[in-house]
Amino acid sequence: MTHLTRVPISIDDLIRAVGGPERGGTCVFLGTVRDAPADGGVTGIEYSGYDTMADAELDRILAEAGKRWPESRIAVRHRLGLVETEEASIAIAAAAPHRTDAFDACRYVIEAVKQRLPIWKKELRADGSALWVDPHGRPAVVGPPSPPPPV
Amino acid sequence: MSTVRVRFFASYAELAGCETTAVELSLPATVRDVVRRVREQLPGTRALPERPLAAVNLRHVKLDAPVGDGDEVALLPPLAGG
Repeated sequence: MTHLTRVPISIDDLIRAVGGPERGGTCVFLGTVRDAPADGGVTGIEYSGYDTMADAELDRILAEAGKRWPESRIAVRHRLGLVETEEASIAIAAAAPHRTDAFDACRYVIEAVKQRLPIWKKELRADGSALWVDPHGRPAVVGPPSPPPPV
Repeated sequence: MSTVRVRFFASYAELAGCETTAVELSLPATVRDVVRRVREQLPGTRALPERPLAAVNLRHVKLDAPVGDGDEVALLPPLAGG
């Protein structure tokens, strides 16, 4: 099953996928697109990815988490395409018999996603420009430049 | 000669001017040799970092990883998932 989707993520479906009578703690992490008023405003992010590798990498991350927390059940969905401000780009649900394992497993997955998932963001600014986001530095303008400020 | 398929994504695809290309190499060869050949074939890729992130057949690898005939090598911009 693919972990990638081009439509809004259903948190209810994700929670249902990991729930069960023997799991008493469920931790849900949502990563959402945030505005950046200081940078002129962000209207959304266009996500693109190396789909086949991203899916395979998520399989590997979930398998690793499953080994570390064998009584847990974890599901993840990552959006591709345009995600508007305040919408979730990623959702992770981790359920375990007790809350500590649920929190730890959920944290493990999002940290691994940040380090390993071949997905990229093009930030769409309110002024019509677009910028590739480099988490390690300032993004570079790749879209139409901003018009000069009014005199 | 062996043929390796090379894929580019996001900002690297814009620099390369394409999303995929093929390079021919004599074996043994490594990902570093693939990057070197790509820079010769596609001038736009000379703006890539000297040591880009790379994957072979859907797995992250280092630049000294070996490549074989028919492999898919991907050059990955800084990852931004999540």
